Amino acid sequence: MKCEELLTMLNEYVDGTVDPAICDEFEKHLAGCNPCQVVVDNIRKTITLYKAGQPYELPIKFRERLHDALREKWKETHKSK
Amino acid sequence: MTNRITPETTDAELVQRAKAGELDAFEMLTTRHEQRVYSLAMRMLRQEQDAEDVTQQTFLSALENLDGFRGEASFSTWLLRIASHAALKVIRKRKGLETVSLEAETEASEHSDSIPHPEFIADWQQSPEQLVQRREIQRLLDEALSRLDEKHRLVFLLRDVEGLSIRETAEALDLSEANVKVRLLRARLQLREQLTQTLGDPATQLTRPRHREH
Repeated sequence: MKCEELLTMLNEYVDGTVDPAICDEFEKHLAGCNPCQVVVDNIRKTITLYKAGQPYELPIKFRERLHDALREKWKETHKSK
Repeated sequence: MTNRITPETTDAELVQRAKAGELDAFEMLTTRHEQRVYSLAMRMLRQEQDAEDVTQQTFLSALENLDGFRGEASFSTWLLRIASHAALKVIRKRKGLETVSLEAETEASEHSDSIPHPEFIADWQQSPEQLVQRREIQRLLDEALSRLDEKHRLVFLLRDVEGLSIRETAEALDLSEANVKVRLLRARLQLREQLTQTLGDPATQLTRPRHREH
C-alpha cells in the first residue's frame, strides 16, 4: 500500500469502519512508515480536540428573547387549533 | 396521564407531548438543544447576531413544522438539519450568491477536489488533554475551522463535533454519503495541517516521503 492510497482511506481507518483485510494492509504500512503514523496520530488528536471543545454559551438576553418568541409563536399556532 | 417532565424524559417523549399541545415539553426541548444549535451557528458564521438569528429561526421553524416531524431522524438531528441550511443560506447571502442546491454546487467544484497532501508532519508537543487546559486553544481551533470552505466545515462540525453518523450527516445536508466522506476527509486533513503547524514539535518534523511503496 502506498502513502497515497492510505490517505484516501484515512477516514475509514480512523473511524474504525474499514474492511478487516484492508485494515491489515493499513497497519503493515503504518508499521514501516513514520510520516503516515504521525499523520494518523495527528488526525486522531485533531478530532479529539474538537470534540472536547467548549460549546458556545447563549447570551442571557438572547436566550430570554428566544424563549419569549417561541411562546408567542406557540400561542399563535395553537389558537387556531 | 401527565408525568412530570424531568431530565430523564426522552426527546421522543417530549416531542410527542409537544405535538399533543404541551408548551413545557417544547420549551424543554429548546433548553436541551439550544446551546448545540447556537454553537453550530457560531462556528459556521463567526458572528453573534447572525448566529442568534439562525438559532431563533431554527427553533421557530421546528415549532411551526412539528406536526410534520415524524421522528424518523432524532429530534436533534432534525434541528441540526434546519440550522445547517439556515447557516448556509446566510453564508451564501454574504457572498451574494443565489440559493443553489448543495448538490449542484458539489458537482461543479468536487471534481477538482483532490485530497490535500500533508505537508507539515510533526508530533504534537502536548496531548489533547493537556491542550484543552490552555486558554487560547479554543481560539486556535475556531481560527483553523474558519479557514475551511463552509461545505467542509459544516460536514466536520456535524460528523466529528456533533457526532452524527455519515448517513445522518448525508441526510441532514441532502448529500450522498460519498460526498460527505470526501468533504470530511478534506476537512480533517486541512485542520490537521493547520493545527500541526502551531502545535507540532518542530524538532520532530518529518519530510514527506515521495512515492514510496511499503
